[in-house]
Amino acid sequence: MTQEAPKKEFWRWKEYNWHDENIDPRAGGIISAGVDVGSVSSQAVIMVDGKLFAFASMRTGSDSPDSARNAMKWALEGASISIDDINFIVGTGYGRVNVPMAHKAITEIACHARGANYMYGPTVRTILDMGGQDCKAIQCDERGKVTNFLMNDKCAAGTGRGMEVFANLLQIPIEDVGDMSFKVDEEPDPVSSTCVVFAKTEAAGLLRQGWGKNMVLAAYSSAMSHRVFTLIERLGVTPEFAITGGIAKNSGVVRRLEAELGMKALKSDIDSQIAGALGAALFGKALYEKKLKKAKK
Amino acid sequence: MITAGMDLGSKTVKVVIIKDGEVVARAKLLSGFEQEVTAGEVMETALSEAGIKPEQIDNIVATGAGRAYAPFAKGTITEVGAAARGAYARYPSARTVLDIGAEEGRAIITSGDGKVKDFAINEKCAAGSGTFIESMARALEITIEDFGPLALTSDKAVPMNAQCAVFAESEVVSLLHSRISKKDIARAVCDAIASRIISMARRVSIEPDVVLMGGMAFNSGFVRSLERTLEEMKINVLDYPEFVPAEGAAWVAVDRATGKGIVESHD
Repeated sequence: MTQEAPKKEFWRWKEYNWHDENIDPRAGGIISAGVDVGSVSSQAVIMVDGKLFAFASMRTGSDSPDSARNAMKWALEGASISIDDINFIVGTGYGRVNVPMAHKAITEIACHARGANYMYGPTVRTILDMGGQDCKAIQCDERGKVTNFLMNDKCAAGTGRGMEVFANLLQIPIEDVGDMSFKVDEEPDPVSSTCVVFAKTEAAGLLRQGWGKNMVLAAYSSAMSHRVFTLIERLGVTPEFAITGGIAKNSGVVRRLEAELGMKALKSDIDSQIAGALGAALFGKALYEKKLKKAKK
Repeated sequence: MITAGMDLGSKTVKVVIIKDGEVVARAKLLSGFEQEVTAGEVMETALSEAGIKPEQIDNIVATGAGRAYAPFAKGTITEVGAAARGAYARYPSARTVLDIGAEEGRAIITSGDGKVKDFAINEKCAAGSGTFIESMARALEITIEDFGPLALTSDKAVPMNAQCAVFAESEVVSLLHSRISKKDIARAVCDAIASRIISMARRVSIEPDVVLMGGMAFNSGFVRSLERTLEEMKINVLDYPEFVPAEGAAWVAVDRATGKGIVESHD
């Protein structure tokens, strides 16, 4: 079951909630939850015995605790349980210390690796998390434990926010920019500016010169994929490789990055944006089991 | 002797005409789509202001990002070379020259005769340039002219976490939401740019006297932030700060015409 919020601005991506009607949360399993309050989006994931049961994904508001509460409330909507039924909640993301209902906070790096391990299977070794305001390259082992990472959170180039700026400039819905960037006769050279602000000026110039919107998108997407390529190259790419975060849904960046890496990214049926909250919920389950064990002793 | 310097910058084109050691005309226009055409127009304006005919000019030197496309120019000089020469003409005791324009920032150490010893440039990131103030002014809904004076009225240092101009825009909005006053935010923005410029300048070195040119010199709040960051070292703001490189190019034209010129230092 999905619910879609109305679309108003071009940067606005689909905010929605979902739950699996085939899972009975009242059957007696451990219910754990993860809340990922990112700089741009917030997700809440509920798991029953380590299986994905329900989630909500929405824009982060100006207040982190409110964003956490709203995401949780929406994930619970129609899920026939209340927040009190959840055994353990883990907060993660940029605003993880401001998740009021969380029993523990865990870094988003650890959570993304753990979540990717669930989404893409134990063969994933390199994860590129392309979020709203940062980009992380993470290496992990077969259990989803982080072994190394690199991140850029200082600069909008190579982040979702940079793509939003372009969606707004070109007046193309953010969910369409990936496909449209391939509707060009010839792949143009990437925009030469690294900085999003300068790239925007450069793009406006290209439009004035008569470039089509798709060409400009292609030029920006390829600049962006090259930018994240340099980050992930510095860390080293051990197969297999997966992408999480909102940009994983942008084929324009993903396919260009795959071409530059000479490697395909793993696919999953699960929304790439919930990887962090999913990992947090998995940590929640493990932590609750530990707590039960301790209580027994 | 009559010479002209043209500065084809990323945002505006400037022309300065020097006659017998004195500046006789300054003109400026937004670069627009066709910078070469604009450059011709600016030159015409400057010439008519000075009452000089084109054929009377002995030498023309161009500088700025678009200098290779400058019409009429008989030679070029880098922005760094032009800025150093212009600063020397205006302020002979200047050793550190800060030139902060619309899309780039430069810190130049000069040797005391208008020549460049070393320099650092940021042209990759909007966070250390005038563009940063433009986007923040938009977020604060104030004009660029009001930005500096407003920042000066603040007596509170509010930290800004974001470095990137794109991220800073959202941070400004959330600071507004948390009821931080516009003047304190304006100061925070000036402090942020100043600290980036100073850390860039420190990569070369900062020696007195320090002079400031480029469009950012019009922002009094930014000037104050620079002084605070430098522990009250005096920042000397040059008059007509945006015309200094063009003037420097005109002086280079004089130097070259009289045979004592620095010819193409680092192009």
